[in-house]
Amino acid sequence: MNTASRLDSPTIKSAAIEHKTDSERHHENLVGWGMLLPACALLLLFIGIPVLIAFGLAFTNARTISPNPTRLIGFSNFIRLFSDPTFWYALRNVAIFAIVVVPVQAGLGLFLAVLINKQVRSSVFFRTIYFLPVVTSMVVVSLLWMFIYQNDGMLNQVLDKITFGHWQAVDWLNDPHTAMGAIIVMSIWQAVGQHMLIWLSGLQTIPGELYEAAELDGCDAWQQFKNVTWPCLRSTRNMILVTITIAALSLFTQINVMTQGGPRDSTTTVVFEAVRSGFQQQEMGYASAITLVFFLIIMLITGVQRRLTQER
Amino acid sequence: MTNLTTVLSVPTPAPAKTTAGKSPKAKGHKHNRLSVGGWIIRIVFACVFAFPLLFMVVSSFKPDDEIMADLSSWKAFLPVGNISLENYAQVFTRVPAARFLMNSVIITLVTVVLGVLVNSMAAFAIQRLNVKGKKVIFTFILATLMVPFETYAIPLLWWVNQLPRPMVDQFGLYFTRGWIDTMPVQIVPFIANAFSIYLYIQYFETIPKELDEAARVDGAGWFHIYSRIVMPLSGPATATVVILSFLPMWNQYVWPLMVVQSESLRPVMIGVQYFQQMTTSWGQIMAYSSLITVPIIIVFVIFQRQFVSSIASSGVKG
Repeated sequence: MNTASRLDSPTIKSAAIEHKTDSERHHENLVGWGMLLPACALLLLFIGIPVLIAFGLAFTNARTISPNPTRLIGFSNFIRLFSDPTFWYALRNVAIFAIVVVPVQAGLGLFLAVLINKQVRSSVFFRTIYFLPVVTSMVVVSLLWMFIYQNDGMLNQVLDKITFGHWQAVDWLNDPHTAMGAIIVMSIWQAVGQHMLIWLSGLQTIPGELYEAAELDGCDAWQQFKNVTWPCLRSTRNMILVTITIAALSLFTQINVMTQGGPRDSTTTVVFEAVRSGFQQQEMGYASAITLVFFLIIMLITGVQRRLTQER
Repeated sequence: MTNLTTVLSVPTPAPAKTTAGKSPKAKGHKHNRLSVGGWIIRIVFACVFAFPLLFMVVSSFKPDDEIMADLSSWKAFLPVGNISLENYAQVFTRVPAARFLMNSVIITLVTVVLGVLVNSMAAFAIQRLNVKGKKVIFTFILATLMVPFETYAIPLLWWVNQLPRPMVDQFGLYFTRGWIDTMPVQIVPFIANAFSIYLYIQYFETIPKELDEAARVDGAGWFHIYSRIVMPLSGPATATVVILSFLPMWNQYVWPLMVVQSESLRPVMIGVQYFQQMTTSWGQIMAYSSLITVPIIIVFVIFQRQFVSSIASSGVKG
């Protein structure tokens, strides 16, 4: 019998006990609120209110430090935003980034998960190795790959060696044609281990009998994957798609460390533009407008993804 | 499990080319052994993931000219030649690296410890107690999971600029405006975490309520039940919460970039970028990078089983 049902029990008739349960219930409520309060206050103060503030600030000319009072300016921030080519470049860049990274990272993660799901002793070793970049900070990874990508860096030198000196060195991060590609490769390298682990935990929930049955029906390996593994991973798959999409659209750290949005806006992103105008140029109102548009895009995409994956 | 192996060595859609040839062979295996192809693929990927990091650590011990000379040979990954700790010495003399490390340790430790306390208490109240309005509260908590930090970082920056900041001097307590450029602004916003609350609620559900009942009969208060009965039994949940909150705090970058100005308050990730901007020596940059990465990797390798189950549990939610 749990506390709730005892307290709510209508069979308790005695007035004395009823009085006791009332005060007891009151006490329980108070203790409960006391325990909830720190977490709730913090979440409200540092997530709830800021999200609401974004809606308000976006329609003002607020600046971090300004002699002029903040005032409402209607949709000016949004008009300015949508007529700014840099913002459209930022949208295009995160779209490209997400379109490449989401399927490749999810697919490669699943491939690695399947690869190490075999119950052999070396699996733990390989799982640990594949996961190492995930525990390494993105700032460190970015610095390391800047060295790999630079003009006389490791990548060009190795390519030069294996082509016997025929390789024309590419300045990967300073060429508008290669910068985003270079960042995509590095980002997948860093994060794929995390999704491998999530796939792996999904794989391990699939009951072995399903495979036995499939084998009895004469399914070959590929058919077993298609008819057993893939459908069984549905909820894992949905979850991975949503998290990778959100992470991809939020691209910032690599950009800020490696390219600062350049060359020629080829790697700028929505979050990078928001930080640049809000933090560096102190235009809080304008930055909040960017943030708000970003927020709506995220909500829209995850909403659509949820809808699509629920119906099937 | 044996029959799993046949299926799971199957080619996946994305990189199908690499394994397509060996699936019929793998099918023949009824025992847990890897095919030669399986070994090769595993080792190739291990090199892809480990070598850049190995290169970082190895280079941190070499002078710059040797790093450059070794770049296109195997020596880039081997600690050979003129090995020394000179780069590390330079890191500590050129920037207050020890200070940055200390800041990050404090920020991470305080956030994780207070996070365990605050989030487990909230979870206890929601899962165990009859609190009026807890459904609304729980919905609000779950809703905060939906918004990524990047979507409210800018308004949060504006907001912490407006918040009153308690100060104490010889005349007593007074308030100034704005939390910018302090330690608390790097800590307080990250203590409460909806996902930690969610993990604790899930774990508390597995602890029988009869234990509380018995303690209630003995006259124990709710807080006593929480701190003496439920929490000591929730070690695995605490381990998961600690692991999942410690890594993002240590690696934090966007937020301190915006709120920290003073050199003395910088955490390691801001420190390393700052250092990169003031030196041209890749050996020294690699030394600093190794310094803030290798301890985390060692912790990860020691506790890798817990790490793996924690990350896996982060995939449970939808």
